[in-house]
Amino acid sequence: MRHLVICGAGTGGTVAANLLRKRLDRSEWSLTVIDRDDEHYYQPGFLFIPFGFLKREQIVKPRSKFLPRGVEFVLAEIDRIDAAANAVRLRDGRTIPYDYLIVATGTEIQPAETPGMLDGWRDTIFDFYTPDGAEALAAKLKGLYGGTIVVHINETPIKCPVAPLEFAFFCDDCLRRHGKRDRFNIVYVTPLPGAFTKPVASAVLGHMLEEKNIAIVPDFNAERIDAAARVLIGFDGREIAYDILVTVPTNMGSEMIERSGLGNEFRFLPTDPRTLRSKAHENIFAIGDATDLSSSKAGSVVHFQAETLAGNVLRAIEGRPLEPGFDGHANCFVETGRGRAFLIDFNYETEPLPGKFPFPVIGPLPLLKPSRLNHWSKLAFRWIYWHLLLPGRRIPFVPARMKMAGKKRPA
Amino acid sequence: MPQKTLANAAVDVDAEGYLTDFGQWTRDIAAAIAGEEGIAELTPAHWQVLEFMQQEFKAGGQAPSIRKLNKSGVISTKKLYELFPGGPAKKAAKIAGLKKPEGCV
Ligand SMILES: Cc1cc2nc3c(=O)[nH]c(=O)nc-3n(C[C@H](O)[C@H](O)[C@H](O)COP(=O)(O)OP(=O)(O)OC[C@H]3O[C@@H](n4cnc5c(N)ncnc54)[C@H](O)[C@@H]3O)c2cc1C
Repeated sequence: MRHLVICGAGTGGTVAANLLRKRLDRSEWSLTVIDRDDEHYYQPGFLFIPFGFLKREQIVKPRSKFLPRGVEFVLAEIDRIDAAANAVRLRDGRTIPYDYLIVATGTEIQPAETPGMLDGWRDTIFDFYTPDGAEALAAKLKGLYGGTIVVHINETPIKCPVAPLEFAFFCDDCLRRHGKRDRFNIVYVTPLPGAFTKPVASAVLGHMLEEKNIAIVPDFNAERIDAAARVLIGFDGREIAYDILVTVPTNMGSEMIERSGLGNEFRFLPTDPRTLRSKAHENIFAIGDATDLSSSKAGSVVHFQAETLAGNVLRAIEGRPLEPGFDGHANCFVETGRGRAFLIDFNYETEPLPGKFPFPVIGPLPLLKPSRLNHWSKLAFRWIYWHLLLPGRRIPFVPARMKMAGKKRPA
Repeated sequence: MPQKTLANAAVDVDAEGYLTDFGQWTRDIAAAIAGEEGIAELTPAHWQVLEFMQQEFKAGGQAPSIRKLNKSGVISTKKLYELFPGGPAKKAAKIAGLKKPEGCV
């Protein structure tokens, strides 16, 4: 018997298990998936909790429910990967040997990386990247009379890089609907030079912020936070005062990666950007947020990576050359408030551009433009996530590789 | 491709002034770019950062992140901001003749 082991049963680990169980002979290959808990959250739902649009119970299901038959699900904290011994060591003392390993341990927020951030934690400083954080923020926002809400990205890369923008747009929308907008300032603070990394989308989204009277502070890198005085202090000496700080703290890979000695400075696993094989070990592959790829850390990206990953694990097992199949494709809906959303579709080479998706002219979804249909599509993504994405099924009309058809480069 | 004259030499640059061919880089060109970026003089402390960045670039094809510079013990982030005011990762990469740090989307 040979062993395939998957670390992490989130989006990537679950899709990988579903695709590979079908293709590996059960009499020859065992498949083991390890995660520390049995609660699979639909993470895009975290954005909606602070505004009361969704409740925690509506976005969580047991992980085991989405793993196929013939997979052993081990509930345990992974202590480390012992790549020299081809084994995963668990906190409880058990050792799980592997012939092939898939790393899918995602990324986590690290508030302790910014001095002072934990001093005001869940008092005046909040995150919405965890279920607890999103719920605490919901309670706080409900009781607010007025003041300055600062939406802050501490350091890049972060998962779902558009989520903080969506948060700012929702804030504006919600306050407006409650007739309280004039009592609040909303400030968007980012280490990037603008609203987004790439110029065309950055200009469009930046304009959107302006329209909604959300001030943007670009190129800001926080050195520390004075939680008692409620100010964010930059390395360049700039100070930003807040009443409520909604921050996306530094995102880093699992501590397990660091204990294994396999990570870069963010604890991300150095991974070949096209084949998804570890750069250091021929029998280790990686998917999703745990990798050091420059593609977005998003569920849609995991979906587009999955086919290449599964195919290449099989190729490696059979001794065939790997296929450089992944092109960096990402496809993200950006909620802009008032029942509308943007859609952006891009890859390693092509920045988000205006146009129509998935078909030229007829669309029906407009790219880089707010529309109701995009908003409904984002809401539908929750159903797609549980029923198509996790089981590793195709999403109709959305190919794994990005297509240029329908996109227009502005003059 | 746009060209630019720096320290009396013609070099190929991208739209934002980053060198596109590291082979054309010299220490004089570095000083010229530094001047344009508002850094009057490149001190030994600057050079330590620039040389580390070039090594990292040769090894990995990417300019290192601020976090990496800090973690490697070359320089603290605070000091880095003093040496390259504004955007240190981008400024230092430009002066070192490297392409613009990619940044993730
Ligand atoms: C607020 C928010 C909004 C988002 N919105 C969108 C969106 O609109 N569209 C989109 O496509 N994506 C969105 N995303 C991103 C998307 O959810 C993630 O990119 C995706 O879930 C990543 O999958 P993954 O498998 O890499 O990591 P995860 O799904 O996070 O899984 C990692 C797993 O590893 C486990 N693990 C880690 N370390 C250990 C250990 N030591 N021992 C045991 N288990 C361990 C964890 O418990 C976890 O289950 C959003 C994310 C957030 C936070």
